[in-house]
Amino acid sequence: MVEAAPLFRLEGVSKSYGGVRALEKANLDIYPGRIHGILGENGAGKSTLIKAIAGVVAPDEGRMFLDGREISFASPTAANQAGIVCIFQELSLIPDLSVADNIVISDPPTRFGMIDRARQRQIAEEALARAGAEDIHPLALVKDLPLSRRQMVEIAKALARKPRILILDEATSALTAADVTKIFAVLKRLRSEGLALLYISHRMHEIAELADECSVFRNGRKVETYVAGSKTDNEVVELMIGREYKNVFPPKPPLQTNGATPVLQAENLSWTDRLKDISLSVRAGEIVGLGGLDGQGQRDLLLALFGVLRGCSGNVLIDGTPVKINSPTAAKSQKIGMALIPEDRKTEGLMLPMTVRDNLSFASLHRISDNGIVNRAKEQKYIDEMIALLGIKTAGTDIAVGSLSGGNQQKVVIAKWLMNQPRIILLNDPTRGIDVGTKQELYVLLRKLADQGAAILFYSTDYDELIGCCDRVLVLYDGKVKRELVGDGITERALIASALNIDMGEALHP
Amino acid sequence: MKDWRFWFAEQRGTLMAIAIFIVMFIIYSSNHPAGFNANVVQTASNKGVLLAFVAMAQALVVITAGIDLSVGMIFTLTNCLASWIVVGSPVQVFFGVVGVLLVGALCGAINGAIVIYGRLQPIVTTIATGAVYYGIALAIRPNPGGSVDETLADFFTGRFFGFIPASLMTLAAVVLVVWVPFSRSVTGRAAYAVGSSEAAAYMSGVNIRRAKFAAYTLSGLLAGIGGLFLTFFTYTGEAAYASGNAYTLFSIAAVVLGGVSLFGGKGSAIGAIFGALAFRTIGDLLFVFDFDPLWQPLFQGVVLLLAVSIGAFGLFRIRNRLDWFG
Repeated sequence: MVEAAPLFRLEGVSKSYGGVRALEKANLDIYPGRIHGILGENGAGKSTLIKAIAGVVAPDEGRMFLDGREISFASPTAANQAGIVCIFQELSLIPDLSVADNIVISDPPTRFGMIDRARQRQIAEEALARAGAEDIHPLALVKDLPLSRRQMVEIAKALARKPRILILDEATSALTAADVTKIFAVLKRLRSEGLALLYISHRMHEIAELADECSVFRNGRKVETYVAGSKTDNEVVELMIGREYKNVFPPKPPLQTNGATPVLQAENLSWTDRLKDISLSVRAGEIVGLGGLDGQGQRDLLLALFGVLRGCSGNVLIDGTPVKINSPTAAKSQKIGMALIPEDRKTEGLMLPMTVRDNLSFASLHRISDNGIVNRAKEQKYIDEMIALLGIKTAGTDIAVGSLSGGNQQKVVIAKWLMNQPRIILLNDPTRGIDVGTKQELYVLLRKLADQGAAILFYSTDYDELIGCCDRVLVLYDGKVKRELVGDGITERALIASALNIDMGEALHP
Repeated sequence: MKDWRFWFAEQRGTLMAIAIFIVMFIIYSSNHPAGFNANVVQTASNKGVLLAFVAMAQALVVITAGIDLSVGMIFTLTNCLASWIVVGSPVQVFFGVVGVLLVGALCGAINGAIVIYGRLQPIVTTIATGAVYYGIALAIRPNPGGSVDETLADFFTGRFFGFIPASLMTLAAVVLVVWVPFSRSVTGRAAYAVGSSEAAAYMSGVNIRRAKFAAYTLSGLLAGIGGLFLTFFTYTGEAAYASGNAYTLFSIAAVVLGGVSLFGGKGSAIGAIFGALAFRTIGDLLFVFDFDPLWQPLFQGVVLLLAVSIGAFGLFRIRNRLDWFG
């Protein structure tokens, strides 16, 4: 292989978000005419890496070079002008504009100061053809297109900017198999035209088919760059593993095998194209984990159970009886007794400017009120109980909850729901962004609640937590339950392998 | 070729407004005691055009997902100003007109600057600036009065060739000179993009600030043209609080009726114009049917409610209830 000079080079690039190191001294060389695959588990630093290259975030330290000259980007626009175009996972299309409008949005062709529609249409048609998406009409509105078509438009839009470096971040996640084949042909042609491509995907077989070289990231650091095909899947997973257990988990009880009726059951739950035929059951006293890479339907599953999603098919059974849960109000009712600790405590969990007292009371107002009037004495009693139970550190119950630390805010979210004495507790990545000490307290609390008879469904992006806390783990992939891991079978290796949907044969069953 | 289908889908709101207007106007003129003649059309268009200008002004801001509660007050302020400076020799009159339009644009530009650089919500910003503009109008015209160049006024409120209302022709001219270039310019496209999804627009390298600033400034200019016309019709200026507020609220109604989405990114000023004409005609229907004028607010309110409900039908399609609140 001829070692040409790298087109783009990162040297010791680091980025932290509020004390958390997302990327640490990353080095990377990107060559023209090659496809570079990026691998890593959740939170390994992949997204931050791309954002730094594409000018979305400014690195804290380190240098970047394009054509051997040092550069820095003030905005995504600046990166675009330098020829670096990124197709993000979250689509950047304007829903109310047409496909053609969107393709030329950054730099529309003009004549006499007005947009030249004929020329615009021509550019759009060319770009769509280059992306192999001639079936999309340039005048169609983006919001009327299905997700897979939108992703094709996104790719056409990137190509219309004539990039030198094209970054694809999970760009095939919503595509059909036929589209993926087309896109691969397009990407290979672009490679032969001398573009540098950076390809981020959790689909191992895609990386294997496309990439010329791969880099593996772990804990914000680049672990290794290797020539594609020089390592087995097994070896790649080994590279991705390697965190030490940082947290102390409470001991797990022996596995339950009795035939008691599960408190919560779902049968063939489906919703749009995000949830496909999911069946699960959680017994009293059990902590069931949801694993897999981010965005494989875990959040949608919890929302579906909690009655937030419309048009779900399939059954939900509580204590073996089918129920219809149409809203969070229904979900938290006495009969069902469900609680959801949401993902984003700032928007879905708390009213930040309101007091600790108000926030704690919201989910259980009916328990603390008589004939519609809040009984302050009763409220105070429950609140004191909760603050003691969770050890919430607050200067009082009448200060704004927004003034507490992140960990204590999270405790308030959990306490607010425990006050309603739920029997079923759904948790959506509850330890994200909180300190280690609070995390450990939460693990102990979860086990204690389970021992008292709660059924717990626990989604976490942190594999250590799933291993340390859960009796069983369901790994989701593409909206389906891919694998169920039980007891000692819950290992980091098994979690990663099934999250990536690769079969590791014997290695999975030690 | 099925291009026309996409064009139709995009213009559906506007076409709907045109259809509503045509139906309403046929009912109106066929029941009018004087029948369908040039005089009836002229009166109707003179009344309708005032709201049409203010509704266009509103539409520009609403397209960027904002709202302008000061349009009625800019309209009132420019009316008072015009009754002061659009008099005298032809040269003075010319500069008077230019001055009025500049003040209108300036008011809009101030709104835009505060929304963009102050990062305040448009609704709060324009309530505040609207009060300021009204205050200035009161200072200029504490009592109704003043005058305007009558030749000019009669020219713009009269008829061309004996049957085409001049006000309608002016409206068409403004559409051609202001709206068409804007909607086809890069900045106009950016205004739609910002209204549809500001984050996606930013990520696509769209100049968000310029788009918003242009939308607010042109909005002020259009409200100013409206104010100038009001002066042509009345020959006087009046700092009428109730009338200013009514124009603001009616402009929002007209915009919704005209197929401009209050969530931004959708609709056109043409739709808003027909929304305004339809809304005016609906109000006037009561008169030709000899109803008590006291029923007018109630009737208009019901029509407005119906119009807004049409805009909310999209909510039925949402599959994730959390999106109701986004």
